[in-house]
Amino acid sequence: MTPLLSLRHISKSFPGVKALQDVSLDVHAGEVHALLGENGAGKSTLMKILCGIYRPDEGKIIINGKTCHFHGYQDALDAGVGIIFQEFSLIPDLDAVDNIFLGREMRNRLGLRDRRGMIREAQHLFDRLKVSIPLDCPIAELSVADQQFIEIAKALSLDARILVLDEPTATLTPSEADHLFTIMRELREQGVGMVFISHHMEEIFTICDRVTVMRDGEKIGDCDVASTTPDDLIEKMVGRRVENIFPEHRCDADYAEVVLDIEALRLDADGPEHSLKLHRGEILGFAGLVGSGRTELAMGLIGATRPAHAKVHMEGRPVRLRHPASALKQGIGLLPESRKTQGLILPFSCRENISLNNLTQFQGALPLIRRGKESLTAAELMASVRVKAPSPETPVGDLSGGNQQKVVIARWLGHQCKVLIFDEPTRGIDVGAKSEIYALMKELTARGVSIIMISSELPEVLGLCDRAAVFYHGRIAAELQGDDLNSQSIMHHATGGLSS
Amino acid sequence: MSHLASTPGTARHSLKMRLASWRRTPVFYPLIGFIIVFIAMAVINDNFLTGSNLTNLARQTSIIAIIAVGMSLAILTGGIDLSVGPVMALSGTAMAGLIVAGVPPSLAILLGLLVGAAFGAFNGAFIAFAGMPPIIVTLATMGIARGLALIYTGGYPIAGLPAEFAFFGRGSLAGIETPILIMIAVYALGFVLLHHTATGRYLYAIGGNEEATRLSGIRVSRYKLLVYTLSGVTAAIAGLILTSRLMSGQPNAGVGFELDAIAAVVLGGAAIAGGRGMILGTLIGALLLGVLNNGLNLMGVSPYLQNVIKGLIILLAIYISRKRTP
Repeated sequence: MTPLLSLRHISKSFPGVKALQDVSLDVHAGEVHALLGENGAGKSTLMKILCGIYRPDEGKIIINGKTCHFHGYQDALDAGVGIIFQEFSLIPDLDAVDNIFLGREMRNRLGLRDRRGMIREAQHLFDRLKVSIPLDCPIAELSVADQQFIEIAKALSLDARILVLDEPTATLTPSEADHLFTIMRELREQGVGMVFISHHMEEIFTICDRVTVMRDGEKIGDCDVASTTPDDLIEKMVGRRVENIFPEHRCDADYAEVVLDIEALRLDADGPEHSLKLHRGEILGFAGLVGSGRTELAMGLIGATRPAHAKVHMEGRPVRLRHPASALKQGIGLLPESRKTQGLILPFSCRENISLNNLTQFQGALPLIRRGKESLTAAELMASVRVKAPSPETPVGDLSGGNQQKVVIARWLGHQCKVLIFDEPTRGIDVGAKSEIYALMKELTARGVSIIMISSELPEVLGLCDRAAVFYHGRIAAELQGDDLNSQSIMHHATGGLSS
Repeated sequence: MSHLASTPGTARHSLKMRLASWRRTPVFYPLIGFIIVFIAMAVINDNFLTGSNLTNLARQTSIIAIIAVGMSLAILTGGIDLSVGPVMALSGTAMAGLIVAGVPPSLAILLGLLVGAAFGAFNGAFIAFAGMPPIIVTLATMGIARGLALIYTGGYPIAGLPAEFAFFGRGSLAGIETPILIMIAVYALGFVLLHHTATGRYLYAIGGNEEATRLSGIRVSRYKLLVYTLSGVTAAIAGLILTSRLMSGQPNAGVGFELDAIAAVVLGGAAIAGGRGMILGTLIGALLLGVLNNGLNLMGVSPYLQNVIKGLIILLAIYISRKRTP
C-alpha cells in the first residue's frame, strides 16, 4: 500500500546549523504516527517543511504518490495537509462558525454571507468529530480543548487528509486529552493520517500506531509502537553523544550552606506547594518539558507574579519578595526566557541596558547620574563577560543573540547578586556563544554565586548542573543528584514517570 | 610630522561621526523642520522677524509648551494624558477662587499647583496600580476635571484678582517676560530629570520595554504614578500663567490644549508608542506650532484654513521623521 504521505531524504540547513539530515517519514491513511525527539531535534523544522513554511534543501514530499513542491502554507493546505500549531490561529472574538470559514465565507445568491449555510456545515463537521461546541459564542470564552477541536474542524473543512498535531495535549487537562484521543480515533477510522508530536510517553502508547524518533536533525529509527517500550524510546531520543562545549565539571557547591531556602511556595491557592533549597555556589537545574511550570515558579519566587503563599529564607533570614525590586534588594536576579521581550530594552545602547538597574550607584551627592563613571563601569562589565560590540554605545538590537544574552548577564554582575536565575539562557544562541555562557556561569559559581538554570535541553542540564529538580505538570516530580542525574531518569520524571 | 598629519584627519572623522550620531537623535529632523518653517515665515512676512513679534510668539507658545513637558513624560512611557486642558482650568480657577476668597496669593498658587498634582496622581493611580489604559483613564477624568471646574465656579469666570497677580502672565523679570522665564525653567528641570537622573532613564526604559524594566527590579508603577502627577503639575503651572494673563479664573479654558500638546511632543520627534523622544524636541515642536500659528495669523490666513494647513504640516512632518529615523 502506498503511504498517504511520504517525506523522502529531507535535508535542511540554516546558516551555521544543519537542522535536518536525510530524514524520511511515511504516514499511511488511518495511522497515527508519533514524532518523538528532544527540543532541537528537528521535529518542528520537519513539520514546517511539510507545511510549506520552509523549503527543503534536498529531498521530496510525496502525497498520495504525487511529488509536491510547496511554495507556501497555502500550497500545503491545497494538497490536504492540515496543521494544528501550539499557538492557535483562531480569532478570539469571533465564534466557531466565523473562525472555521474565515476568509472563505459561504455566500448566498445576493452575495451576502450565508450564515445559515455555514452553521449547517460547521454542525456537520462537529458531528463528524462527535463533539458539541456552542456555535455562536466567541471562542475566547471556550476552553482550550474546544478551541483545539475547532482548529481540527477547520482543518477538516479544508479537506485535510493529513493532520499534524504539534504538542496538542500540552495545554489540555487529562480528561480533555482523552476527548482529543477519541476524536483522533474517529479520524483514524475515517482514513485521516496523523502526525502526533508529544513528549508524554503515555500518550504515545495510548494513541499512536507507529513512532519515529529523531535526534540532532537525524532520524534515529522508526517502529510499531506495539513492539517497543518507553525506556527503549527514551534511550533512542537521548542517545550517547560527545559534548565538549561544557566547562570541565567541577562542583563549586558548598552543601553546608543554604543560600536560598524555599520552605513553601504555592503559586495558586489550590496549587501544589513547592519547596527547594539552593546552596552556595551550586548550579541547580530546573529540568522538564516546556510548560511544566518551571518559569512560573521562578516568576512567583521573585515576586514578578504574586504567589498565593510564600515562605522563603535568604541566608537564614525570612524575606518577603513582593516585586522583582525586592528580590533585587535581597540579591536575587532573574534573566528571563525571552531576551527581546523580557530582558532587553531594545532601543537602548549596551551601556544603558547594563546600567539599567544599577543607576543609583553612579549618583553623587545630587541624584544625578555621573555619565563618565557609568560608561566606565559598563565598559568594564562588557569586557568581563566578553561582549563583542564596537562600543558600549552600540544599540543592543544590533548585537547577535549570544552577545545580547551577555549584556543581560552583565547587568546583573553590577550587583553583588547571590542568586541568579537563568531561564533558558542559551535559547537561540550558537554553539560557540553557548560555550562562553556556560563558562561564565561557572565563573560565577566559583565566586560563590548560586545559580538556578531553567533549561529544556538535557545536555545542558547534565553538562552543567550539580543537581536538578525535574518538573512535571506544575510540580517538582523529583530532585536528582550524583549518579541519579542522568538523561534517562530526567526524561522518566519529566514525562510523568510511566516508564520504569 | 606624522602626528601633525594625522590630526586633521581624525578631527574630520570625528566631526563626521558626531554629525552621524546627531542625525540619529530624535530632534534632528524636527530641528531642520523648525528652521525651514521659521525661515519661510521670515521671508513671507516682514513683521515676523521683529523683536516684539518673536517675544509675542514665545509668550503665546509658553502655555502649550509647558503642558507639553508633562505630556512628553506620559508619551515617553507609552502613555498619554488627555486631561491636561481641564486640569489646567481646574487648577487655574482654584487659584483664582482661593485668592478672591482671601487666601494669600502665594499660598493660593501653591494649593492650585497641589490640585493639579493631586488630580494627576488620581490619574496615575488608576493607570499604575489598576493597570488601566492611560487613554481611557484620562478621557474619563478629562470630563471629571472640567465638571469640577464648572461646579466650583458655577460656570462663570472668577474675576477680581489683585493687580500684583498679573506678574505671572503679564510681568517680566530682567527684561524677559515671566511666562517665557517659567517655560525655560520648566524645560530646564524637565531636561535634567529626563537626561541626567535615574528616574529619567527609567521612564525611557518603561517606554522601551515595560516588562523587561519591571523584571530587572524597577518599580514601574511608582514611576508611572510620578509621570501623571508631574503632568498634572505642569498643567497647573500653565493654569497659573493663563489665569494671571487673563486676570480671571476661566472654567472653560484649555479646550483642545491636549491635542496641541500631543502635536508638540510628536512634532518634536517622540515616538507615540513610547521609549523615544527628547525634551528639547518637545520645545522645538511647541515652537514650531507657535511659529505656524503666528506666521499664518500675520499673513491674514483665515482661522478655518489655518487648521487645515496646520494639520497637513503635522502629517507631513511626522511622515518624514518616521521615514528617516531608524
